[in-house]
Amino acid sequence: MSKYCLPWRIIIMSSTVQTSTFGWTILFLSWLMASIATLGSLYFSEVMQFPPCVLCWYQRVCLFPLVIIIPAGLFPFDKGIVRYALPLTLAGWLTAAYHNLLYTGVIPKSLQPCSKGVSCTEDYITLFGFLTIPLLSLLTFSFVAALLLLLITKRRSV
Amino acid sequence: MRYIIFIVAAISLVFAFVFASSFYKGQQAQKIGGMAKERAEIFVRPHSQTYGSDDAKVYLIEFMDPACETCSAFFPFVKQIIAANPGRIKLVLRYAPFHDGADYFVKILEAAKKQGKYWETLDVMYATQPYWASHHKPNPELIWQFLPKAGLDLEKIKEDMNDPAIRQLIEQDLADAKTLGVTKTPGFFVNGKPLQTFGDTQLIELIDSEIRANYVK
Repeated sequence: MSKYCLPWRIIIMSSTVQTSTFGWTILFLSWLMASIATLGSLYFSEVMQFPPCVLCWYQRVCLFPLVIIIPAGLFPFDKGIVRYALPLTLAGWLTAAYHNLLYTGVIPKSLQPCSKGVSCTEDYITLFGFLTIPLLSLLTFSFVAALLLLLITKRRSV
Repeated sequence: MRYIIFIVAAISLVFAFVFASSFYKGQQAQKIGGMAKERAEIFVRPHSQTYGSDDAKVYLIEFMDPACETCSAFFPFVKQIIAANPGRIKLVLRYAPFHDGADYFVKILEAAKKQGKYWETLDVMYATQPYWASHHKPNPELIWQFLPKAGLDLEKIKEDMNDPAIRQLIEQDLADAKTLGVTKTPGFFVNGKPLQTFGDTQLIELIDSEIRANYVK
């Protein structure tokens, strides 16, 4: 930044502050989404006692850490967190996408890698006639990924 | 400011979770409590093995699996509670053989009942469980060497255990377990009230509250 003269530095700094408020809010929302989904998932398994299947566990592996690592980028605000959070989110998204294809029968059930214990296609709950647990997961990962991508595309435009 | 937003959000989420959990549990308990009044047969079937006085006002229902380690470890404790409250508690055993192949052992138990050796057989089964069900894999072959200890006629057991009535009884118990939301063994109900969190002190508290409610001191 030292190559800029003072007025420029002020403009750049103020614009960073501007975008960082926007960016912080975006990142905060992604944390909020991940946290709601984590508690929802714990509610299904611990309170309603639905046993999570293997694919659900892989998605949880990607989801739960977000609740812990995103705040590391909130305080102090650091867009660099996207480098750590996005790979988890994308891995979770892919697993969720696969799970939904399996659940809706696009991929035949014989290909599923589930253990004998809990079926990945068992119907536990359907909200409003279409929202199943795997779909909730896919929506969560899509939402978080979209927010995180918005954050880095914002960086490029500044 | 950001800290405040974050902390308020985090605390609200945790509160929402705790509130939703207790709401759900309360609702479930109410639902099951309603069933206890209207459909008492879900808890006690005519075929169910019972222990204790018929005049007892506190019914302790246990959904068990002969191959379940916790059921085995917990059973002496259940007997202790019953012994500590003579004539006031009646134990009803229901089957929830969730382990693969565990129904085989239920069949042996039911066949032993015909010889009047139910509790002796259950004691032998639980005591030798580490041998025939190590690592949660029940092995039917390994139980037979221990059964004579219960004073059973083994030939008769082999004959009786294939009675289709026993199969039906297991299916009935599993269906009732499903209705009552029993997914783990042992699953306890005291006068139709579910034991919400598993543990010895919790079970004693639940039983004591029912004893207080039914017996004037």
